[in-house]
Amino acid sequence: MNESDAMNPARREALALGRDMLVGGAAACWAGSPSARAASPRRDAPVMRKLTLRVNGAAQALELDTRTTLLDALREHLHLTGTKKGCDHGQCGACTVIAGGRRINACLSLAVMHDGDEVTTIEGLGKPGHLHPMQAAFVRHDAYQCGYCTPGQICSSVAMLEELRHGIPSHAAADVAAAPAWTPDELRERMSGNICRCGAYSNIIEAITEVAGAQP
Amino acid sequence: MKAFTYERATSTAQAAVRAASVPGAKFIAGGTNLLDLMKIEIEAPAHLIDVNGLDLAKIEPTPDGGLRIGALVRNTDLAADAGVRRDYPVLARALLAGASPQLRNRATTAGNLLQRTRCPYFYDPDQACNKREPGSGCAALAGWRRMHAIVGTSDACIAAHPSDMAVAMRVLDAEVETMRADGSTRRIALADLHRLPGATPHLETTLDAGELITAVVLPSPPGGTHVYRKVRDRASYAFALVSVALVRQPDGSGRVALGGIAPKPWRDEDAERALASDPHAVVDGLLKDARTSPDNAFKITLARRTLDAAIADARSAR
Ligand SMILES: Cc1cc2nc3c(=O)[nH]c(=O)nc-3n(C[C@H](O)[C@H](O)[C@H](O)COP(=O)(O)OP(=O)(O)OC[C@H]3O[C@@H](n4cnc5c(N)ncnc54)[C@H](O)[C@@H]3O)c2cc1C
Ligand code: SF4
Ligand code: FES
Ligand code: FES
Repeated sequence: MNESDAMNPARREALALGRDMLVGGAAACWAGSPSARAASPRRDAPVMRKLTLRVNGAAQALELDTRTTLLDALREHLHLTGTKKGCDHGQCGACTVIAGGRRINACLSLAVMHDGDEVTTIEGLGKPGHLHPMQAAFVRHDAYQCGYCTPGQICSSVAMLEELRHGIPSHAAADVAAAPAWTPDELRERMSGNICRCGAYSNIIEAITEVAGAQP
Repeated sequence: MKAFTYERATSTAQAAVRAASVPGAKFIAGGTNLLDLMKIEIEAPAHLIDVNGLDLAKIEPTPDGGLRIGALVRNTDLAADAGVRRDYPVLARALLAGASPQLRNRATTAGNLLQRTRCPYFYDPDQACNKREPGSGCAALAGWRRMHAIVGTSDACIAAHPSDMAVAMRVLDAEVETMRADGSTRRIALADLHRLPGATPHLETTLDAGELITAVVLPSPPGGTHVYRKVRDRASYAFALVSVALVRQPDGSGRVALGGIAPKPWRDEDAERALASDPHAVVDGLLKDARTSPDNAFKITLARRTLDAAIADARSAR
């Protein structure tokens, strides 16, 4: 059975509403209405496939419906619920994890496509008592309100600083051929794939700036 | 999402054979567009051929001084390539203006070219859409058309092509290299890859069923100053209302392609001859057959002003 179909309708509607408010400008489109989805007949039985994910350093053998996204594999099958589902359509960044060393939207990737891949989630970055510097900075700077976007923001910002270190350019660059600068404009542009519905952006940037300053 | 079987392609030739022979098969690369559409069953492949393991992720110089970009080169890697940033900066700029860093880390060169429209009625199964369901009508014609195309449209469809990268590739005279199920390869000018909707908006490209894109080839660098200027409803992570890809030579001549206003990257080599003397004439030529609605008539003015701004950027960059 499809994970999103299993979601209760009230929650689905609430999420859809939030999604439209958050990201109408990103794509100006949204998932089909539940009625249309229900009307289309199930084609056939699920197809199962075995795969192994290396999540936060541990190998995890799974047998999953091929339709399972990396996000649902992490949350529903491995019970790593730190990674959040906001829009499920690549529009918010709440599902950001680091796969193969790169930040990606776990909602727009199939688990089977990651067979053998190394995946780091918020649980793998740090734990209470042993926080990752970025987690500690988010706490120190009060870089959240509801906290729903926070795991995605933190995974994204950790990988973002790595991208900066590797000289990957961004839209904020005055000269795209030059090595990128560590300016607030650069950090903001590079974090634009993570939307915060609570608008904690100014504190998020302060937290990231502190960590960036400590380790360029 | 409809159930599907899944395989990892082991060679380009095998991938092309499988795509043509397995009913309902589709390639999946980054998955950022295909999976999005599968979730709402606008795409419902019965079989997925995962091409990510293929050896198509290299960027290599060509014998005639150009660049061959493998179909699986991620958008991030293409934008970060030193040669692209130095010799084809309009391409790096266009890539960086698109989507988000997370999406660009997955999105591939071929997938970006073949991404489907963001027309909101196309995404809503409750609405009539000739592209999604041929013959059902087009809800956008009587709907909200701010994001839609104003040229190259038809009575059947007014959807815009959403890719930024493709606009830059069009201005660079790129060609697409493919492999078909019989093992034959061919090159298609980017200008000929996407079809105009006409009466058949569901037919979007000139690729054969199962034809695999293996690379995009750029001719030798055009020189000049490169600008990609994108106007959107917010500063980042939004599709273009209008975009301009400009390669401007020191004498003011050059090349221009527009995005956000047509079903494919929009360029007119005759019109752009006026670039040095009368830039607005270039836009007038490009948009001479424009059909607008009150929602999107602003795109004509915006295209002129965006080209002016791009020229000013190019001037100040020298
Ligand atoms: C929220 C959001 C915002 C975005 N904003 C922008 C934006 O501002 N600008 C922009 O340009 N794009 C934007 N995008 C789109 C993004 O760039 C595309 O989703 C991405 O480039 C698609 O590449 P992919 O590799 O993931 O393709 P996939 O989803 O894997 O595939 C797309 C299509 O290409 C086919 N395909 C893939 N590889 C091959 C091949 N080698 N040969 C033949 N067929 C192939 C697939 O079968 C499929 O039909 C946005 C996307 C999202 C979700
Ligand atoms: S504009 Fe094209 S894609 Fe949009 S509803 Fe009309 S036919 Fe469908
Ligand atoms: S859940 Fe919103 S981007 Fe993945
Ligand atoms: S803290 Fe609530 S969404 Fe960011």
